[in-house]
Amino acid sequence: MKLSVQDLNSHYGPAHILFDIALEVGDGEVVALLGRNGAGKSTTFRSIIGLVEQRSGRIVFEGKDVSHQPTHAIVSRGLGYVPEERRIFTELTVEENLEVGRQPRRPNAPHWTREKLFALFPNLGEMRNRPGGRMSGGEQQMLTIARTLMGNPSLVLLDEPSEGLSPKIVEQMVDAILIMKKEGVSIVVSEQNLHFAKLISDRAYIIERGRICFGGTMAELDARPDIRDAHLSL
Amino acid sequence: MSMVPTLLSVEGLSKSYGGVHAVRGVSFELKAGEILALIGPNGAGKSTCFDMLNGQKDPDSGRINLLGEDTAGRPPRAICRLGVGRTFQITATFPTMTVRENVQVALVSYRRQLFNLWSSTPRFEQGEAARLLELVGMGGYADRPCGELAYGDLKRLELAVALANQPKLLLMDEPTAGMAPRERIELMRLTARIAREQSIGVLFTEHDMDVVFEHADRILVLNRGSLIAEGSPEQVRGNPEVRAVYLGEGLVYDARHRKGLSA
Amino acid sequence: MPFYIVQFLTGLASAASLFLVASGLSIIFGVTRIVNFAHGAFYMLGAYVAFTLTDRFSGALGFWGGIVVAALIIAAVGVLVEMALLRRIYHSPELFQLLATFGLTLMVEDLVVLIWGPSELLGRRAPGFKGAVDFFGQNIPSYDLFLIALGPIVLGILWLLFQRTRWGVLVRAATQDRDMVAALGVNQKWLFTSVFAVGVFLAALGGALQIPRDAVHHAMDLRIIVDVFVVVVIGGLGSIIGAFVAAVLVSELNAFGILIFPKISIILVFLVMAAVLIVRPWGLFGKQEGPARRTPGLTVNPWRTLTSGEQLAATAALIIAAALPLFSGNYALTIGSEIPRWRACR
Repeated sequence: MKLSVQDLNSHYGPAHILFDIALEVGDGEVVALLGRNGAGKSTTFRSIIGLVEQRSGRIVFEGKDVSHQPTHAIVSRGLGYVPEERRIFTELTVEENLEVGRQPRRPNAPHWTREKLFALFPNLGEMRNRPGGRMSGGEQQMLTIARTLMGNPSLVLLDEPSEGLSPKIVEQMVDAILIMKKEGVSIVVSEQNLHFAKLISDRAYIIERGRICFGGTMAELDARPDIRDAHLSL
Repeated sequence: MSMVPTLLSVEGLSKSYGGVHAVRGVSFELKAGEILALIGPNGAGKSTCFDMLNGQKDPDSGRINLLGEDTAGRPPRAICRLGVGRTFQITATFPTMTVRENVQVALVSYRRQLFNLWSSTPRFEQGEAARLLELVGMGGYADRPCGELAYGDLKRLELAVALANQPKLLLMDEPTAGMAPRERIELMRLTARIAREQSIGVLFTEHDMDVVFEHADRILVLNRGSLIAEGSPEQVRGNPEVRAVYLGEGLVYDARHRKGLSA
Repeated sequence: MPFYIVQFLTGLASAASLFLVASGLSIIFGVTRIVNFAHGAFYMLGAYVAFTLTDRFSGALGFWGGIVVAALIIAAVGVLVEMALLRRIYHSPELFQLLATFGLTLMVEDLVVLIWGPSELLGRRAPGFKGAVDFFGQNIPSYDLFLIALGPIVLGILWLLFQRTRWGVLVRAATQDRDMVAALGVNQKWLFTSVFAVGVFLAALGGALQIPRDAVHHAMDLRIIVDVFVVVVIGGLGSIIGAFVAAVLVSELNAFGILIFPKISIILVFLVMAAVLIVRPWGLFGKQEGPARRTPGLTVNPWRTLTSGEQLAATAALIIAAALPLFSGNYALTIGSEIPRWRACR
């Protein structure tokens, strides 16, 4: 078991956002977290890495309970996070953005170097000294993933990587995620685009109004159009 | 077709930032009741085109003829008064007001009633507000605070707000961003219906090819600031250059819209 | 003409210290978003400690070593202050931060009077730079020429530090988005502490380098802090280049203002500041403040409540303070009653 989340509850001020979230990710697995805008996908990710202060529950990563650790400690154990808004450092160049993400190599996770990442995302290799603020949305999405991979994570939380990208770039994302998976990175990916999710995921959870309402393999989800219609409007 | 009036005609539109050509020599026309999609890779110049059309940015050269008037370089307010409505990538509504009040605010500003302090706001244009909400299928939500709406409903409200100034032309910048696939189709279906009924021309940008191929009458493809293709969905889908720079293999959209791609 | 050139050079020499202090303030603000009012206090402490060290240890090594060691000592004090005080108030409203650092300033002033006394102290001249250079009949202290050269050198070192080291990259990243830096596995606590240490080091160095030029006294903190704020506002908060250019500008205005507009020389820099703010509200080299990227869910909590141990300690301190009249002398009593009042009325 790579990651196990139990009874996760989160609040933003007085608002209760997540209710008893439970999910599991196996070694080398790609798991999709599906749900509508505002269902709680991003909050789930932020809660797992401790960016939401008001949360309770148990988060076990590689056998260690990290529920009470600060964000940087959780992340430097090898739990990488790619935010939906990308949050590129716009003043920093591509190489400097990667430098911020750099962490020592880990025995149980694939090791990424700049050159390996430039091979994964060739566009980035052509603009090593360009400031992040002068890149297109697609290039920024590649950079934010590459930046997280510089931390040599064994698990990556990918928040809506296909949002707002052209079809061709989305296809590049599919390829990149499949390569990450082949290298041995476990991935949780939140998505609204079911075509995209199907191409990369082994299993899926559906989240609706802060509650997990389905968990199963992609084949099981395919066999349940009623669930898709009720919760996803896909 | 020749009887349908041309709403918008753009000729040789260009804009560069610090030596980089964001948009160069873009020309196209849009007729009343027509739905025109502007697609292209991230950073191709779509937003810059939009900004010039609605007056946020001044073109370096080129002409924009909107309803018979040259509007290049005019401020957004003047262009809005000519009959241009717009929706935004990020929804722009007042979260603490009710759905009806949001539409009323738009009507107040359109009717230039902002400084008429004596009219009673709750009653202001209530009939018109109700009509607009009914039009976008939000009649039942009139008294709900905006902040409680689901994202898809918020987008429909935004459409009602954009329609408040009775536009002849609707500019929609990634109208379905962040929406679930079916919500996207529904929003554009609604937009298309209203546009055809009221002869409103629609220009929209979009990355969801299911939406584009389903609803656009015509498609413009922008790459590195220049138009590289223009035509019906079938023509654009069959264009190898468009496939190479933008559409890809068609893996990530609906099979129905992959025809002609896999060849 | 030579007179004006000499006046210009004197201005440039004053700019060096001003630049050091202002760049420190700017760096600290950039990352921690704290307007460190106590920055002038660290500048003053740097001067006093350097005075003591250079007074005790003779020779060139004693002098230059004393200057550097003084700045290092004060940087270490800065680390303690950051860990004990500032870490608690990073998420507090600005007013609390300003109050806390202002209170610190007042306490430092009283401490300085307690340790070094209230009278002005005259420091040693710098070995190797004791003389003056003749310039068309006008004398320029050679130490001034040293300071003039030092400014660009420090600017260059800072530039290298921020552009060419991992630490610098992390600091620039944290200046834009602290939470994202943490989400990439960087421990912000130590990043903040190190940034504060560098900033305080620069302030203390600026103070220490003043001792051959100026008398050391216990009001020099407030005197410099006003100019420093003007410099960072003109140059743009967070910009080191801006701090350099503005430090030169402000120093030259001070140098020439007194000659050209003697009647308004005191407010001249403020007029220029106002003019700059009208034309460029974020300063000459500042950038428009983007909407601060904060992750939803991280709430602002003004003060952390004390743990039971800390409550006990605070109570004990209060009791000791209240019992002061029973066993202390007059002087300690006066100081003791001054400190809690923080002399806010001054």
